[in-house]
Amino acid sequence: MASDLLQMALLIGAVLLAAWPLGRYMARVFEGQRTFLDPLLRPVERWIYRLSGVDESREMSWKTYAASLLWFNGAGLAVLFLLQLVQGWLPLNPQHFPSVRWDTALNTAVSFVTNTNWQSYAGESTMSDLTQMAGLTVQNFLSAATGAAVVIALIRGLVRRQAAAIGNFWVDVTRCTLWVLLPLSLVVSLALVSQGVIQNLGPYVTVRTLEGAGQTIPMGPVASQEAIKMLGTNGGGFFNANSAHPFENPTPVSNMLEMWSILVLPAALVFTFGRMTGKPRQGAVILGAMLLLFALALAGTYLSERAGNPLLAQMGVQAPTAMEGKEVRFGIGQSALFSVVTTAVSCGAVNNMHDSLTPLGGMVPMLLMMLGEVVFGGIGSGLYGMLVFALMTVFLVGLMVGRTPEYLGKKIEAREVKLATLAVIVPAATILTGAAVSVVTPAGLSSLGNPGPHGLSEVLYAFASGAGNNGSAFGGLNAGTLYYNLAIALAMWIGRFGVILPVLGIAGSLAAKKPVPEGPGTFRTDTSLFSLLLAATVLLVGALTFFPALALGPVVEHIMMWLGTAA
Amino acid sequence: MARSQWIAVRSVLVLTLLTGLAYPLLVTGLARVLFPWQAGGSLIERNGQVVGSALIGQKFQDPKYFHGRPSAAGDGYDGAASGGSNAGPTNPEFLNAVRQRIDEVRRENGLPAGAPVPSDLVTASASGLDPDITLAAAEVQIPRVAAARGLAEAAVRELVHKHVRGRQWGLFGGEPRVNVLELNLDLDRMSGREGV
Repeated sequence: MASDLLQMALLIGAVLLAAWPLGRYMARVFEGQRTFLDPLLRPVERWIYRLSGVDESREMSWKTYAASLLWFNGAGLAVLFLLQLVQGWLPLNPQHFPSVRWDTALNTAVSFVTNTNWQSYAGESTMSDLTQMAGLTVQNFLSAATGAAVVIALIRGLVRRQAAAIGNFWVDVTRCTLWVLLPLSLVVSLALVSQGVIQNLGPYVTVRTLEGAGQTIPMGPVASQEAIKMLGTNGGGFFNANSAHPFENPTPVSNMLEMWSILVLPAALVFTFGRMTGKPRQGAVILGAMLLLFALALAGTYLSERAGNPLLAQMGVQAPTAMEGKEVRFGIGQSALFSVVTTAVSCGAVNNMHDSLTPLGGMVPMLLMMLGEVVFGGIGSGLYGMLVFALMTVFLVGLMVGRTPEYLGKKIEAREVKLATLAVIVPAATILTGAAVSVVTPAGLSSLGNPGPHGLSEVLYAFASGAGNNGSAFGGLNAGTLYYNLAIALAMWIGRFGVILPVLGIAGSLAAKKPVPEGPGTFRTDTSLFSLLLAATVLLVGALTFFPALALGPVVEHIMMWLGTAA
Repeated sequence: MARSQWIAVRSVLVLTLLTGLAYPLLVTGLARVLFPWQAGGSLIERNGQVVGSALIGQKFQDPKYFHGRPSAAGDGYDGAASGGSNAGPTNPEFLNAVRQRIDEVRRENGLPAGAPVPSDLVTASASGLDPDITLAAAEVQIPRVAAARGLAEAAVRELVHKHVRGRQWGLFGGEPRVNVLELNLDLDRMSGREGV
């Protein structure tokens, strides 16, 4: 246990240590200031703008910014969808995979464009190397850059005074890709190869095992995709087993590196926020709330997994009993840690099968997604989600003391509160409606992989993962059906753009405001009290919305299991 | 508005060239130069024949080999169909499967009824390709393997301990573990039965 705690502490330490300078660097990148990479990257940047017809000096209103974002994601969706439909006739397909079924292709395209990376297919038996590289890897970059662009636009809205513009979407996306995502991915992918992650374009190899049987060893450009899968908080595995596959995550050190990669950019953006607003304490307060919620979640999953499965202990299985769906090289500690990291951040990569987690161990990841993916959260989306909750918190406090709420010197009025409420309600309603429809229709029920309350957990998890743009799954649910392909695709789309549009609306309306001077009656948002209030608001909203559903799924199963009954 | 649409399509295509072709091909080239063995799948050869990957577990059923974990990948350790069982903790079918595996482990290794059984030997891994078992799971099998090969238990035990991996860099990972394929290759070498 001491060793597990040490590893957790080392991970968080390494993340914070890197996030601080990285966050300041990202502030320079998005403010268009000089960085050490400029001599190399400025020519590439100009070349991209020339080829795409972008005028980098032009600033946009929030509506133009939102429209550009939607067109960009729409074009990405169309390209990725079509690429899958024709991959059978294209090169770089050493296993000669046929084209992907239309509903799977549509689900996958929505999934990767929305930074979800829900996968209703098995990578090693479906996608050609070309699709993995020029389709899925590309959206791993672009969806991450889109998320970062939105939060930067929101920060500009908070900072600017009586401004009509919130930045240039094309410039934000391009600079994020060139200055942040590509250099980091290059370094991380080579570090992963050193640990054993494969990177080649060869066909699968068939070997004769020691017992004389044939075994297929899959191949492919895995490391380059693995790096951005983590850094961009995407989570879509090259292989079906995702980061549990030894070719995606071969050693305990590669596992630490992958968890670091998931956390580092969402954490760095909080420092970027502090830097760009000129109020580092405001960033620290948000970081504090995130760390508090993260620690609570980690304690929940880790303790539940360590306590294990009493039904197995009764049969004479030695502790640790909860090894179903886990890898020996990670053990309980690195598996529980990964599960919490990947769902606190809306990454969705898995190094163990969440469907086989203990009931409470699996409830925590589900809850983290239901809370809106704001505990670090996805790149960009985590911080803008948390800032929405910060607006809710100052609004609630304002109600109690009877004053107009303010945040960072901007008055928060009816329009902002309405949009913030929308950004919280839309994903929550999507999760509950989707799950409710699925458990009363034959098409929804026929996919269940486990009986009893665990079946409900599978459906709840699927929609929480889709609407939260996480992408991990209780994989026993057969998601490769027409019904789930379309239903989850819809949930992912609403969960992404149903939040981005209100957030950009808030950015536009805040940018137009005149800052108000801080007075004696101003409620301070740079104190540890605000950290606690913020964390409490996140928990309260989530708990009130989802407690009844969770009580019928994981909570009932937990009680059954400890009473010694099977489902 | 027509302008935005046109820019959107063009920038997706330009960024595809950069992030979807240039970047992965650059990584492929660098990986081949810097870490050729790892990039190619950590393949292990014996007598000039590739017998597997050091990272991918194999199915072992013969009593003279150490056995790996139960696998839900295809018919077991199918490298083209990775994955776990996705069985929930209270699923009756899963509980029955574990009960059967416990009986089998006890029977194969001559353990008395009620003897404790290491958990990794009776639970399916996440990938279905787990190359490792815990030291405890290897130790349970030592008498069986030694008897099947006509070797002294002490000699097999010594070999197992030579293969134990502790925490990586002294810090990272879970319990001490053993790579089953590498251990079995060494066992064959010790028995002088290479390539049988």
